[in-house]
Amino acid sequence: MRLPPQPRERIDRSSRVLFTFDGKAAGGYPGDTIGSALFASGQRIFSRSFKYHRPRGLLCCSGHCPNCMMTVDGVPNVRVCVEPVRAGAVVEPQNVWGSLDRDLLAVTDKLGGPFTPVGFYYRTMIRPRRLWPLYEKVLRNLAGLGRVREDANGHRRYDVEHRRARVLVIGGGSAGRTASLAAAILGPGVVLVDEGTHLAGLELEGVEVLAPARALGIWEGNLVPVDAGDVLYRFRAERVVVAAGALDQPLVFPGNDLVGVMLPSAVRRLVRDFSIRPGSRAVVLAADERDLEIADELREVGVVVSRAVNLTDVPLAEIEAHGRGGKVRALTLEGHTVDCDLVVASAGRQPAYSLLAQAGGRVEYDPAHGVFVPIELPAGVEAVGSVTGEGCTTASPIREANGKGRHDKSFVCVCEDVTTKDVARAIAEGFDSLELAKRYTTVTMGPCQGKLCQLASTRLYARTTGIGEGAVGTTTARPPWAPVELGLLAGRHFEPARRTSLHFRHEEAGATMMWAGPWKRPYAYGEHPEVEVRAVHESLGVIDVSTLGKLLVEGPEAAALLERLYPNRFTDLAPGRIRYGVLTSDAGRIMDDGTVARLADDLYYVTTTSTGADSVTAWFEWWNAVWGYEAEIVNVTGALAAVNLAGPRSREALQGLTEEDVSAEAFRYLDAREIDVAGVPCLALRIGFVGELGYELHFPSPVGEHLWDRLVAAGARPFGLEPQRILRLEKGHVIVGQDTDSESSLLSSGMSWLPKMDKDDFVGRHALEHLAEREERERLCGFTMEDGTVPAEGAQVVIEGAPAGRVTSARRSEAVGAVIGLAWLPPDRAEPGTRFEIRVDRLLVGARVADGAFFDPSGERMRA
Amino acid sequence: MSFLLSCPFCGPRPVDEYAYFGEVTRRPKGSPSLRELAEYVYFRDNVAGVQREWWQHRTGCGEWFLAERDTRTNEVLEVSVPQPERGRGVRPVGSDPRRADPTAGGGEP
Repeated sequence: MRLPPQPRERIDRSSRVLFTFDGKAAGGYPGDTIGSALFASGQRIFSRSFKYHRPRGLLCCSGHCPNCMMTVDGVPNVRVCVEPVRAGAVVEPQNVWGSLDRDLLAVTDKLGGPFTPVGFYYRTMIRPRRLWPLYEKVLRNLAGLGRVREDANGHRRYDVEHRRARVLVIGGGSAGRTASLAAAILGPGVVLVDEGTHLAGLELEGVEVLAPARALGIWEGNLVPVDAGDVLYRFRAERVVVAAGALDQPLVFPGNDLVGVMLPSAVRRLVRDFSIRPGSRAVVLAADERDLEIADELREVGVVVSRAVNLTDVPLAEIEAHGRGGKVRALTLEGHTVDCDLVVASAGRQPAYSLLAQAGGRVEYDPAHGVFVPIELPAGVEAVGSVTGEGCTTASPIREANGKGRHDKSFVCVCEDVTTKDVARAIAEGFDSLELAKRYTTVTMGPCQGKLCQLASTRLYARTTGIGEGAVGTTTARPPWAPVELGLLAGRHFEPARRTSLHFRHEEAGATMMWAGPWKRPYAYGEHPEVEVRAVHESLGVIDVSTLGKLLVEGPEAAALLERLYPNRFTDLAPGRIRYGVLTSDAGRIMDDGTVARLADDLYYVTTTSTGADSVTAWFEWWNAVWGYEAEIVNVTGALAAVNLAGPRSREALQGLTEEDVSAEAFRYLDAREIDVAGVPCLALRIGFVGELGYELHFPSPVGEHLWDRLVAAGARPFGLEPQRILRLEKGHVIVGQDTDSESSLLSSGMSWLPKMDKDDFVGRHALEHLAEREERERLCGFTMEDGTVPAEGAQVVIEGAPAGRVTSARRSEAVGAVIGLAWLPPDRAEPGTRFEIRVDRLLVGARVADGAFFDPSGERMRA
Repeated sequence: MSFLLSCPFCGPRPVDEYAYFGEVTRRPKGSPSLRELAEYVYFRDNVAGVQREWWQHRTGCGEWFLAERDTRTNEVLEVSVPQPERGRGVRPVGSDPRRADPTAGGGEP
């Protein structure tokens, strides 16, 4: 099959590359594609078609049509006509039930009747309706092309790289190269992208050539993602020059999909690049003189060309191919039948305008040449070469069968197996626009995305309806230009986590780490969170709270800014004192909470929830962009670590590590002091974070481990998030975002004492005024379970058999000796002692509304 | 959405560096009625055309600014540094303070 060595061939005959195909040994030369190697060894059937399982062979040999899609090394839908041979590659045919030569599902091609026209499964399989799940299972199994092997790509790594280009040229044909060189004269930053493997070594002065690489689309701002195999380049280009060329269009006639019917580009590639004789007896049907020359080129390599017709001059109305075993054996041209095993058939060349159209360019039908051409281009995008329509003409692509009788199918779309009959039927059924017909018949929706069927379907539509091609138009071109591996779009799998400076201490101590927003935090340091709770109640515990958001607000108007941001009052907060603050939106809803410590007249230290650090910073900065108070906001969340030392022994432990007086008189509840602890300068906040005597120490992150070690050596037992939740729940503390949601206000969450309505304007003030007048709908209440059941968060509250609220938190508390929780209840059922029920699985379990905090309600322990 | 947006401080950057905060609204003064409050909190003009809106250069300099953007085409006609109610505000790096402050003279140096 191989010709003697040719002067311009791209294969290297000095060695062989061996791979396996369908379980058997196969081989080719370096420079071959898998497709050319298989073709050279005599393989003609490359795949089975989507719906009818008809044999299909090489058609375009340019990586556009679906005919050569195979699974290579587990990757499905690889177009082997452009995939270079690789030693050891495992190539398997796909969409085959049986073998390429004998496919059991080819019976669908013969069946006809109700089983195959467009939309047949919507029509045929809807009755009886209850059987649809069964039908669906069968259809899903039959539908689709290759199969994804779940383990196939685990080892592959995809990357994304952001690039800039002054001029990005798409397409490395003569127009693209000329444009690149011209642009390179004016300066650097010129990149040429081409799909072709053969351009890999191309060198152009001053131009970076990326090949094989594929521009997937042109997005807003000239963003052009380029698929380069394992790397996705996201190019930002000042100018994009599209030189995508033109594509051979298939001729539509009965039997036009038979193996051996090829486009001129495929024949040229096989002969010129791979020195393969594509057949022995050929007929050439061309649309212009250029393609007619194929006849001579074939004769030169020993092919007998029985007929060569330029359809523009001799518009044959009737063409029909006849096959045996799916391969073409004869062609009838207006009554005359000639034997052949190769039909080079083309309706002409159509500009590959897709990239331009989806970039926002307009495409219009040029009746003089029978092609769609781009006419208006968006700013920053240019087109050169055949893509502009230069040198492109088409003959009418549609041909009829000769006379009456049974004829083979005429395929408008080989990807989706859509025939001329299907399109005619869709039109007859009232799908009177091309866009609708597209959705119904799936024409242009297959792997080629209209590259080989857009023109034919528009022309067929125009002919059938009598509307001109210009009015029929095209279907919308959408990215990507060609199929792309999902892995490439996803990029490398990253799961970034924020770790506190104490992270490794937690791991060493055996903590179970859990996600808390972007952070990794200890859930608990063992199997028994209640032991950690006990340590805090009875002795001493320490928890890493470095994840709290930490902001400095400084300036002569810092107090005024906070006064307006919070419903609380902060102007009267004395330096060295702390106040709990809750942020609300202008809708009066709770956004975030934390402590606010006044360190000096013009300096406040604000903490936020762990997940609120960034949004609160942005919130503060936004309001100050509106108001313009003289105050700076600095987010020091990452710079400072923080720990909360809690338990009856915390004062004693702290005193052992500092020379400052931290006695009850010198360091009162809600005092903020700057003290040295174990040699580390700390901001110490005496707050009741978990309800016991406690100190929150904020200090530079880099010395986190040192201070932690000293606290642990002083007897503090590390405790995690789970014990913290139990401790805080025992105190009835509300966790913003857990117990509250976007509907919760201060009034409904038991914090109506907090907003100071005698202040001037603050964010949320007007809403709170209106909310106060409105009838209360629900109230957040503590509850105690009547038995030891722990309801799930979100469990339904049931009153008199009807759903009436929900549980937001529930934990078993050793200290209280019961299961306790928080729930939203109707206000008339919120009186302490009122009984209600909670649905746990299928049971209703009784609970009673609690009064105040569950543990140490007077707060003596934290004020000690 | 992949258009370029020009930060007044950093220059043109891909839009995914920014946080969008919606159209510029007018916060009611005094004691608004429930209707006025609801309109401010929940209702937006949602114009098909040029809209004044808030942006923050979230992963860049962090500053808030205003943009006039055509919502149909994503063309950004103008970006500006907000003029706060109380007069004080940030100025773009390298800007001429005399041009930002209309009370200062604008003559030749």
